[in-house]
Amino acid sequence: MRIIDTKTLISPLAAAIEKALTNVENSADSLLRRAAQKETEPAAKWALSKLIENNEVAKSTCSFACQDTGLAVVFAEVGQDLRLEGRLLREAIDEGVKLGYGDARKSVAHPLTRLNTHTNTPAIVHTEIVEGDGLKLTYLAKGAGSENMSKIYMLTPSKGRKGIVDSVVDCVKSAGANPCPPVILGIGIGGTMEKAALLSKKALTRESGKPNDNKDIALLEEEILCAVNALGIGAQGLGGDTTALAAAVEVFPTHIGMLPVAVNVQCHSVRHATVIL
Amino acid sequence: MKKLTLPLSDKDIAALKAGDTVAVSGVIYTARDAAHKRICNALESGEKPPIELENAVIYYCGPTPARKGEVIGSCGPTTSARMDDYAPALIAHGAKVMIGKGKRSAAVREAIKKHCGLYLAAIGGAGALMKSYVKKCELVAYGDLGCEAIYKLEVEDMELIVASDCRGNSILR
Repeated sequence: MRIIDTKTLISPLAAAIEKALTNVENSADSLLRRAAQKETEPAAKWALSKLIENNEVAKSTCSFACQDTGLAVVFAEVGQDLRLEGRLLREAIDEGVKLGYGDARKSVAHPLTRLNTHTNTPAIVHTEIVEGDGLKLTYLAKGAGSENMSKIYMLTPSKGRKGIVDSVVDCVKSAGANPCPPVILGIGIGGTMEKAALLSKKALTRESGKPNDNKDIALLEEEILCAVNALGIGAQGLGGDTTALAAAVEVFPTHIGMLPVAVNVQCHSVRHATVIL
Repeated sequence: MKKLTLPLSDKDIAALKAGDTVAVSGVIYTARDAAHKRICNALESGEKPPIELENAVIYYCGPTPARKGEVIGSCGPTTSARMDDYAPALIAHGAKVMIGKGKRSAAVREAIKKHCGLYLAAIGGAGALMKSYVKKCELVAYGDLGCEAIYKLEVEDMELIVASDCRGNSILR
């Protein structure tokens, strides 16, 4: 049986986070560039060009692409044949997050007292037992502007595919310019309320713009993207063609009497990292 | 792109319309949720707020701390809607210009119209770019709030867009 001391994940996780916060994911940056080329609304085209410039400045000066470096969300996939030793996995992840966030803004507070933890921890950790003897950590920075605009819809099965598309459109419409459009949408369909929410977050860990492997789901993603962009909210709410850059859907079986749809909104500043041990 | 020097007169503000892109230079003050709460508490209890609100330009921003040798860290706008409950009081006490991102409430748009104010939108998520416009940064109040404290910034050619003008027009969808 493979054995890993959890302390060995701390420094690679910290390094990966530090890099992610100053380097917007390439695929998201490419989608922005493509959108800027195609954009027909002048104000939105200006905004898109500024976002591209921002990503370049962030990279070349090692500055945080956005001052909201967010809550650290970490999906931990732990191989069933792996034995973890040392500190609790969650504690080791928090240590990596604390180090990786270094001189980033302190954005984590108690929900009622609003007292800041001053460490950007605790991270939001979702652990899953998977096949094999590896440990994979997938990190994403989740800022408040976009997370605040996320929603869950507990539809009835009769609402079907149209109901799903309408729900996502409703969510994006009510969000307007708040989540820093153009956005990327993570959509979780099925399961229970919390399962749908988790799927919607997981969908956001997918490389931006990459379609679902299932053809029918990929078609649904296109349908949703098309409907959302028809809203005309546009980059930064300035109108135009690009309200969303991509929609990623994940599905899971649900109850015969249920159709949960969770929409997790992600801003254009996609900051991801993966660590494999 | 129109070049503007702060503070703005009513005449300057009246000449701007929703959708105009502007390059702004001068002094602005950062304030977000917690600082707004404290300013409004001060106004309600008849105390003097820590900054002169007359003609003030308020930037909804919580910057990243400056690194060694830097003026400020990344400093893009935060969602303005969270300040909507507080903004009319600040406007009534003389604050002229707000900089942030996203739509404002009807009450804020009304206050802008009534007091010849202005709402400028900065590019949300462009923290590194915004940092390049800031030439000086000084802590002026509520230091215990960390990134939510009030900082006095001197900015040069900060590129913004007029989101709501003094006639009540708004460009944001």
